[in-house]
Amino acid sequence: MSSDSTLEGWGRRPVPGEEVRGEDLERLTEGAVLTRGLGRSYGDSSLPPPSVRRMPATPLADRVLAFDAETGALRAEAGLSLREISRVFHPRNWSSPVMPGTSHITLGGMVAADVHGKEHHAHGCFGEHVRSLKLRLADDRIVECSRERHADLFRATLGGMGLTGHILEVEFSMCPIDSPWVWGQTRKIADIGEFLERLAEANDRWPYIVGWIDCLTTGTNMGRGVLHCGRWATAEEAPAGTPPEKRKFTVPFEFPQFALNRPFVRMFNWGLYTKQRKLSEGILHPDPFFHPLDAISEWNRIYGPAGFTQYQCVLPTAAGPDAPRRFLELLTRLGGASFLCVIKSCGPEGTGMLSFPTQGTTLALDIAVRPDTQKIVDRLNEALIEMGGRIYLAKDMFTRAEHFRRMEPRLDAFLEVRSRWDPERRLRSAQSVRLMGDPE
Amino acid sequence: MKVALLGGTRGMGRSLARLFAERGDAVCLLGRDPAELERSAEDLRARGGKQVGTVPCDLLKPEGFGPALDAASGQLGGLNTVVITAGMFAGQEELENDGALAERLLRANFTNTVVFCEEARRRLLAGGGGTLCAFSSVAGERGRKPVVIYGATKAGLSAYLEGLDHKFRAAGLRTVCVKPGFVKTGMTAGLKPPPFAGEPDAVARRVLGAIDRGKPVVYAPGIWALIMLVIRSLPRTVMRKIGF
Ligand SMILES: Cc1cc2nc3c(=O)[nH]c(=O)nc-3n(C[C@H](O)[C@H](O)[C@H](O)COP(=O)(O)OP(=O)(O)OC[C@H]3O[C@@H](n4cnc5c(N)ncnc54)[C@H](O)[C@@H]3O)c2cc1C
Ligand SMILES: NC(=O)c1ccc[n+]([C@@H]2O[C@H](COP(=O)([O-])OP(=O)(O)OC[C@H]3O[C@@H](n4cnc5c(N)ncnc54)[C@H](OP(=O)(O)O)[C@@H]3O)[C@@H](O)[C@H]2O)c1
Repeated sequence: MSSDSTLEGWGRRPVPGEEVRGEDLERLTEGAVLTRGLGRSYGDSSLPPPSVRRMPATPLADRVLAFDAETGALRAEAGLSLREISRVFHPRNWSSPVMPGTSHITLGGMVAADVHGKEHHAHGCFGEHVRSLKLRLADDRIVECSRERHADLFRATLGGMGLTGHILEVEFSMCPIDSPWVWGQTRKIADIGEFLERLAEANDRWPYIVGWIDCLTTGTNMGRGVLHCGRWATAEEAPAGTPPEKRKFTVPFEFPQFALNRPFVRMFNWGLYTKQRKLSEGILHPDPFFHPLDAISEWNRIYGPAGFTQYQCVLPTAAGPDAPRRFLELLTRLGGASFLCVIKSCGPEGTGMLSFPTQGTTLALDIAVRPDTQKIVDRLNEALIEMGGRIYLAKDMFTRAEHFRRMEPRLDAFLEVRSRWDPERRLRSAQSVRLMGDPE
Repeated sequence: MKVALLGGTRGMGRSLARLFAERGDAVCLLGRDPAELERSAEDLRARGGKQVGTVPCDLLKPEGFGPALDAASGQLGGLNTVVITAGMFAGQEELENDGALAERLLRANFTNTVVFCEEARRRLLAGGGGTLCAFSSVAGERGRKPVVIYGATKAGLSAYLEGLDHKFRAAGLRTVCVKPGFVKTGMTAGLKPPPFAGEPDAVARRVLGAIDRGKPVVYAPGIWALIMLVIRSLPRTVMRKIGF
């Protein structure tokens, strides 16, 4: 293999490395320090530590091992993608219980990041639905863990970013649906105040909720945007047949750095906003509702050669009802030329020891990497720490170890479990070297 | 359709088996490892496969081919399609340094694949015809430095399949020779993908179309038909100079 090969996360910040794909995960993970799925985490969580180059990747290990059509229990190899799960099971009125913003992710990645979706306030993280995991441990043993067996290992693995073991198989409960179509409602929102009100109101009514904020609008209209709510359509509402496969577009090349300058983005956002009707409701295709960005392959190229990062944090309810407004003010002030920000409510903390969500509001925005990116992230993190919030590891590339420690009182408990199962810290990633002081 | 497939546990064969099963064809997986066969069969069933069987069959043990095809036919209540994707790959250096490996690869990819096709041919013709599909390679189109031995096995296989097609099509045997370009499967893991590398699912969709239409030769991904047109026309002196 060529020595100049690189690996990167979705944010396109490459490091030296190469992935080895194969169907046989047991063989592939033997002696390995980290496993990756489809590389959809933005930062360095799926990248090897500096001293390691080769790492296993799971996408070819994608067999469904058992499906019980009575209970909805599904067991599969860790490389099976959410996209494939939806394609196969939606027509049979079963869905993954958690639907994140992209479907190009593997079961292993869904467990390791303990992913959440528009339904977090109603369904919790993916880990809440996981029954059992087959893991290869740091000492190369293979064990099955669950809430009953090796419960500490199980809880640390949900959201543990691959640092507790290589996930070989995942068993989880699928969620019954009435049809593979979505009934959705879209509402134009005037400012952040209305946003928070509408989010709270929607929480009891809709299982799927997400808001898009135009980050370039400041002043009295700060926080204006669009709120999307939805649920699975009933059999009566649903059109005949299953939703057709959507056509995809590909971003054909890397955009030059100037493409996303402010005037352009402002125009784009203005167009999005004004074209939106005040309130509309009806049947929707599930793909654009759940995974709008999947319609464009390789859209991460629009951020140009320097790549980008995503800043996603959660502001706990305890930080006060005004916290999202204050944070958004800081965001818009710092700029960073991000143009859209996603806003969502989170439900309570779940089973995963280091899982991201907690009761409150989460904000997420893309930041093109510039010389001042580190400074922007630092500033945001300082404000976040003051509010008692935390960041999402699956999106992070720039947080400093000392900031991470201050936002994660749960870290010690997590490290204790790691010490129990992996005292030498054999299992590690570029991210854990950066944030947890693991050996390079 | 009633399909017997040797090589359906991994790679392009796995993708192809899923397409057959999902659209309701009866499928019998042939392969060397019973536990792996059962896991793959369960995958096909969970994806909606109604009739899925398994039969042990090792490409390195030709005496088992006939009985395996008979067992598959027994399980599915007849056969009208036989597919073989099973095959071996090894780099040229490795094959030059390990005579036993080279001998095994020659046997698996050429001799035994032809013997398997012969067993299938007899049975399909006896049943009034059907489709025989085998995976050769673009590596068989020209002698090339990185695939001297592997390419030779595929050249031989392609020639055999073409002859078979000429001789038996009128009698009802449709032969489909698949010539994949570089496809990102376990077989090519660790090799640097060239431009136009394909994904196994997309290749399988293309192959399924060719099987349905009885197309004698199919390149997959399709762009390789053009690439090979160019490579076939390169003068020998040029081929000798270039490294690929
Ligand atoms: C457009 C877009 C939208 C997104 N929306 C959401 C969202 O709404 N909610 C959300 O929660 N996330 C979201 N994400 C993030 C994404 O869901 C997570 O990063 C997920 O982990 C990616 O899965 P993957 O298979 O690509 O894993 P990778 O990115 O390859 O790996 C992610 C982490 O999982 C670990 N891992 C992967 N497989 C295994 C395994 N078999 N064993 C052990 N560890 C493993 C890796 O080591 C790494 O730490 C989004 C990402 C994108 C690009
Ligand atoms: N990938 C490419 O780029 C490429 C390019 C050109 C041509 N091809 C050809 O296309 C075909 C399929 O390739 P692929 O990439 O899909 O391969 P693959 O992923 O390596 O899968 C090979 C399949 O063949 C089976 N097999 C191997 N040896 C066997 C044996 N002795 N007995 C029984 N089964 C055996 C394997 O079964 P087990 O699970 O038991 O191992 C597996 O199911 C091969 O003939 C290959 O030469 C591939």
